[in-house]
Amino acid sequence: MSSDTETTLTPVLSENWDRPDSFTLRGYRETGGYEALRKALTMEPDGLVDLVKASGLRGRGGAGFPTGMKWGFLPKDNPKPRYLVVNADESEPGTCKDIPLMLANPHVLLEGIAISAYAVKSSLAFIYVRGEVLHVIRRLKHAVAEAYNAGLLGKNIQGTGFDLDVVVHAGAGAYICGEETALLDSLEGYRGQPRLKPPFPAVAGLYASPTVVNNVESIASVPSIVTNGVEWFTAMGTEKSAGFGFFSLSGHVTNPGQYEAPLGITLRELLDMAGGIRAGHELKFWTPGGSSTPIFTDEHLDTPLDFESVGAAGSMLGTRALQIFDETTCVVRAVGRWIEFYAHESCGKCTPCREGNFWMVQVLERLENGAGTEADLDKLLDICDNLLGRAFCALGDGAASPVISSIQYFRQEYIDHVEQGGCPFDHRKSTVWGGEA
Amino acid sequence: MSRTGTFPEEVEARLALDAKEIIARYPHSRSALLPLLHLVQAEEGYVSSAGIAFCAEQLDLTKAEVTAVATFYTMYKRRPAGQYHVGVCTNTLCAVMGGDEIFESLKEHLGVGNDEVTEDGKVSLEHVECNAACDFAPVVMVNWEFFDNQTPESAKQLVDDLRLGKDVKPSRGPESVCTWKQAARLLAGFADDRATEGPQAAGPSLVGLELARKRGWAAPDPDNLPTAPAADEGEGGTK
Repeated sequence: MSSDTETTLTPVLSENWDRPDSFTLRGYRETGGYEALRKALTMEPDGLVDLVKASGLRGRGGAGFPTGMKWGFLPKDNPKPRYLVVNADESEPGTCKDIPLMLANPHVLLEGIAISAYAVKSSLAFIYVRGEVLHVIRRLKHAVAEAYNAGLLGKNIQGTGFDLDVVVHAGAGAYICGEETALLDSLEGYRGQPRLKPPFPAVAGLYASPTVVNNVESIASVPSIVTNGVEWFTAMGTEKSAGFGFFSLSGHVTNPGQYEAPLGITLRELLDMAGGIRAGHELKFWTPGGSSTPIFTDEHLDTPLDFESVGAAGSMLGTRALQIFDETTCVVRAVGRWIEFYAHESCGKCTPCREGNFWMVQVLERLENGAGTEADLDKLLDICDNLLGRAFCALGDGAASPVISSIQYFRQEYIDHVEQGGCPFDHRKSTVWGGEA
Repeated sequence: MSRTGTFPEEVEARLALDAKEIIARYPHSRSALLPLLHLVQAEEGYVSSAGIAFCAEQLDLTKAEVTAVATFYTMYKRRPAGQYHVGVCTNTLCAVMGGDEIFESLKEHLGVGNDEVTEDGKVSLEHVECNAACDFAPVVMVNWEFFDNQTPESAKQLVDDLRLGKDVKPSRGPESVCTWKQAARLLAGFADDRATEGPQAAGPSLVGLELARKRGWAAPDPDNLPTAPAADEGEGGTK
């Protein structure tokens, strides 16, 4: 559609969230829930895989890999059981979409699981949910119990002969378990450490069996595609980044929250919907898709938030976790805190990530406190050079992102810390209660 | 309990029944290790050497194998946590929005440091990483229930109420907070009956939907789709 057309919000997964009973089977069914499953079970599994391929749905967990293609990688001749694993370990800083989705509408996830498991011919699915969200776990377990009682899960679903068990599995506090192979190790009862790829999970995943690992939002998007069709899905988004997704605005905005919109919407449009930057302040920097995606500035307000455009502008769409910081925020402090996080969450398996993050914490700390030197910036970039592309998994790459991008856009601010012998910012002004201009 | 390195017989017998149920959920028994660690934490409030020995016994693993896993995950505590475990998010977004001030004021107010318990055993304090509620920043968790949009004052009131034994109500959760041990039991996979309590969604979770309703915005009508542009010139604009 032409660029003069206004981009609007397109609530699909959040469409029923204002019903107080949205999380119940009854509430979900009254808004058309489980009709997609009924339809899917009349189709051939391979036809469903083709449908999802044709829709262009790309993984909503950050990497953006085409979901249908992932399903298509399962080897046809492997006699082992197949598993579907839902990655509900939402932990990327800034990312806060799957948790409210599962709290408000766990059944759309379960319906997506049932359809997806049928499509990939799996009879056992796991939801690996982070442990630090008790009420989400309650809602998931409640929904699973309701679905079993209604014959939507279990043996011979809807009389079709299709069997599916779903297990809700709580994690125990490890960001790295959001990485799909670390998640699988964790689900097998080990320390959550990433595996060398290949083999990819499609070939040797859970218990070395063919396994599909998909994000919550990806799987939850499947029922709407089955119901409404490929044309409907591709009527939203861009050619290569089809469909809709949650854009999660947090930080110094007037109305932070979940905005479900076509991919390709811009931050300028989203900010307009969210009432702008908080009163009396202006945008300084933001993350397009969580802390592992290089930061953007006000130069990027009109960058379409789709996989290609964000990539071309030097960052990544990631999880569409838009953490927004105004001019009261010290970028050195922000980046330093993220690196403390990566250092804490590094699993320790590979040297570049384990050591690189450990040392970057030290360097950033002295820079923030005014005890650093300008040479420390080269030191940071040198460490990043040994981290980016050299770590075992994407955690290491993610850690390099905020460091490199912040030095690119705010080099002078680092130097100000050095020259002034301390942080030039009053941190109280960036708090919710200290921001009155 | 833990001094002897094993649970008393009756505890072991009771937990063994739970363990059997947990193990039955999985095609391979070792997958039960994380839930079993939650189970023993539910018994004692932390993972003791007796808890480690129990898990090892149930899964035919060595204690070293179990310990290696238990120490990897931050939710397993190796010392007793408080009856109410308070986690303050100090990852960047929450820290900037006021999480750092909240954490500092709670340390001072409670007289404890990070990962320490008050003398009465009621409250333990920890700074936590991003808990996926950034649009509700600054966020505080109590026994892994959400307390959204906190301030230093509200957080101090919260821990005072917890120490006085008053019921406190999470922003998005059940009517009251269960104990640390009860929370661990839920994590082991034994549901309580509180799933239907509390709101389905709140505040920031609904702002986009409310705006769409107000402006009459919706996803396209599948029966009346906009006609595709005659030639998509590949400009990459939104459709």
